[in-house]
Amino acid sequence: MSLFVCPVPLATRDTILLGHGSGGKLSAELLRDVFLPAFANPVLDRLEDQASIAVGGARLAFTTDSFVVKPLFFRGGDIGSLAVHGTVNDLAVGGARPLYLSAAFILEEGFPVASLRRIVESMRAAARQAGVDIVTGDTKVVEHGKGDGVYINTTGIGLLRDGLQLSAANARAGDAVILSGSLGDHGIAILSEREGLELETEVRSDSAALNTLVDAMLDASLQIRVMRDPTRGGLASTLNEIAGQSRVGIEIDERAIRVNEAVRGACELLGFDPLYVANEGKLAAVVARDEAEAVVDAMRRHPLGSDAAIVGWITNAHPGLVTMRTAFGTTRIVDMLSGDQLPRIC
Amino acid sequence: MKYIDEYRDGKLAESIAQAIRGRLTQPRVLMEICGGQTHTIMRYGLEDLLPPEIELVHGPGCPVCVAPLEVIDQALAIAAQPEVIFVSYGDMLRVPGSRTDLFRVKAAGGDVRIAYSPMDAVRLARENPSRPVVFFGIGFETTAPANAMAVWQASREGLRNFSMLAAHVLVPPAMRAILASPACRVEGLIAPGHVCTVMGSREYEDLARDFHLPIVIGGFEPVDLLEAIRLLVDQLEDGRAQVENQYVRAVTRTGNLAAQRIMEQVFEVCDQKWRGIGEIPASGYRIRAEFARYDAQRVFGTGQITADEPKECISALVLQGLKKPSDCAVFGARCTPEFPLGAPMVSSEGVCAAYYAYRRHAPGGPQ
Repeated sequence: MSLFVCPVPLATRDTILLGHGSGGKLSAELLRDVFLPAFANPVLDRLEDQASIAVGGARLAFTTDSFVVKPLFFRGGDIGSLAVHGTVNDLAVGGARPLYLSAAFILEEGFPVASLRRIVESMRAAARQAGVDIVTGDTKVVEHGKGDGVYINTTGIGLLRDGLQLSAANARAGDAVILSGSLGDHGIAILSEREGLELETEVRSDSAALNTLVDAMLDASLQIRVMRDPTRGGLASTLNEIAGQSRVGIEIDERAIRVNEAVRGACELLGFDPLYVANEGKLAAVVARDEAEAVVDAMRRHPLGSDAAIVGWITNAHPGLVTMRTAFGTTRIVDMLSGDQLPRIC
Repeated sequence: MKYIDEYRDGKLAESIAQAIRGRLTQPRVLMEICGGQTHTIMRYGLEDLLPPEIELVHGPGCPVCVAPLEVIDQALAIAAQPEVIFVSYGDMLRVPGSRTDLFRVKAAGGDVRIAYSPMDAVRLARENPSRPVVFFGIGFETTAPANAMAVWQASREGLRNFSMLAAHVLVPPAMRAILASPACRVEGLIAPGHVCTVMGSREYEDLARDFHLPIVIGGFEPVDLLEAIRLLVDQLEDGRAQVENQYVRAVTRTGNLAAQRIMEQVFEVCDQKWRGIGEIPASGYRIRAEFARYDAQRVFGTGQITADEPKECISALVLQGLKKPSDCAVFGARCTPEFPLGAPMVSSEGVCAAYYAYRRHAPGGPQ
């Protein structure tokens, strides 16, 4: 065995790490260094969760997402419903009415057809509830051991509303930051099932289609500047992206942010911060100050927004930085993570 | 959350801060030892509540940070072997060794798994009898009992494919080394509550006497830490130097005797290198000779791997409380959590990482 020599920082990233899929800084780097230089064009360069394109006279939103969740079935959903909700939500938060989805399956040799049926049935129900049709698809099979049973990719198109220009670059000082409900339910539900954590209270994924909630919000106000669904990387990553793209600071208030007891407990145990844990049925919006209350009221009348609240404000101080007034009364930075949160030693 | 929220009460904190201001007559330098405590101080911005005459310096108590570089390199060498299942606590995976880290070993095909307990590794060994399963047994006295238990259990079951790469570090000898340094400015210590849950508060009595130093065993919530600081200030103003226990809800004078027994059975005290500090006599545990077949260093023959640390990192000074992370020329610039140059930037509980994550916007903090 050769002796190691003087340490150098690990500055080169010549292989893909799991953290590249975390939605944090590593993902952003991959985008910046590999994909954007190759694909650059004005639509892509806006870096929204959905592309906004003009076809004939219509403005369409266009998005795609792949789902590799383990376990395939979890409390509150499964990979099928998640694959529908995820893509519907990416369209909806762009201000589009979701219309059509594709569904591509990568199946592992040996995967039970009964499980596949269960997933497909769940997709059918989710699509029906969201008011979208799955109109095209594809199936590939990989050898046993080369996949986790099933991976799903969904692509979606939707019709953008006239006169609406939502963008993560639109936040302005004075705007309110609105959150539709509690944080961290999806991430902790998945983690607790995957790792067999026995929590006293079962945590259910919040996986849901947000398009009708978005409709209710846009009916209440057209002064909504940004909408995002804080999935992997959590609210913290979403807000950091908005702060970066809009070149503004964001100040959030910990006391206004709802985290369910069982999720808080699990986060304490693991050393996680719920601000970074994934959600699949929550929405964060930046809204002009004067209309914020009206939007919150409209959200609260919707079942998926009953806990909606103003959780922070956009500021000109510290552009690019998200800070939080803690429940304790002090202020701290809410940074973007490099990769996934890791359970700590003690 | 019951039992936690009361220790995060801003009003209570303010009243303790007021009591500290009322009692303090001169500047004081206090050190919290544990990385979890440092993390709380930064996350809750406790320094904003304290009078400016109190200077908090941060001790070496992040187990991930001080895990010696050569042990990380040994871990990487073992984890890269094709048949091995290498099992680790999650936050060790990002820690850079000399050339790579466990995430990269995993990306290159190494079977590296995250566990929440060393017993998970014992279970894996049971389920995979044809493959060597190695647990990375790192940490302070806090994790030592569970790690000892895993070795003991494997031995009881006669598992031949389980072993542990153990490099435990012990708090009191490290504190003695830091306090004995002529440059040391520390006038009071907040001792690590979790370590004392296992070892008891009595281990710190010699330190208080020998250095005439007030020591308070502190918890990990913001109110715990303010209360510990208040007790230290009281001692200093009274001219006392005792061990006091703020963390009474978890710590006794004698600690967890059953845990101490299993540690004693499996581990023995050894000289130990600390990343960022160097070798400290009698400051670690290694696996006893009678459990040699469970000692990964012996099983894999990695004992001869050694390594030296980068020179420009001032972590030795930071981990002894002689410098603040923000005093470092490369902090936040060339040294970040993505590209850590030194130990305290590595783990989220490392002092440099805590400064970087929570406080770099603060007045005087680097941007």
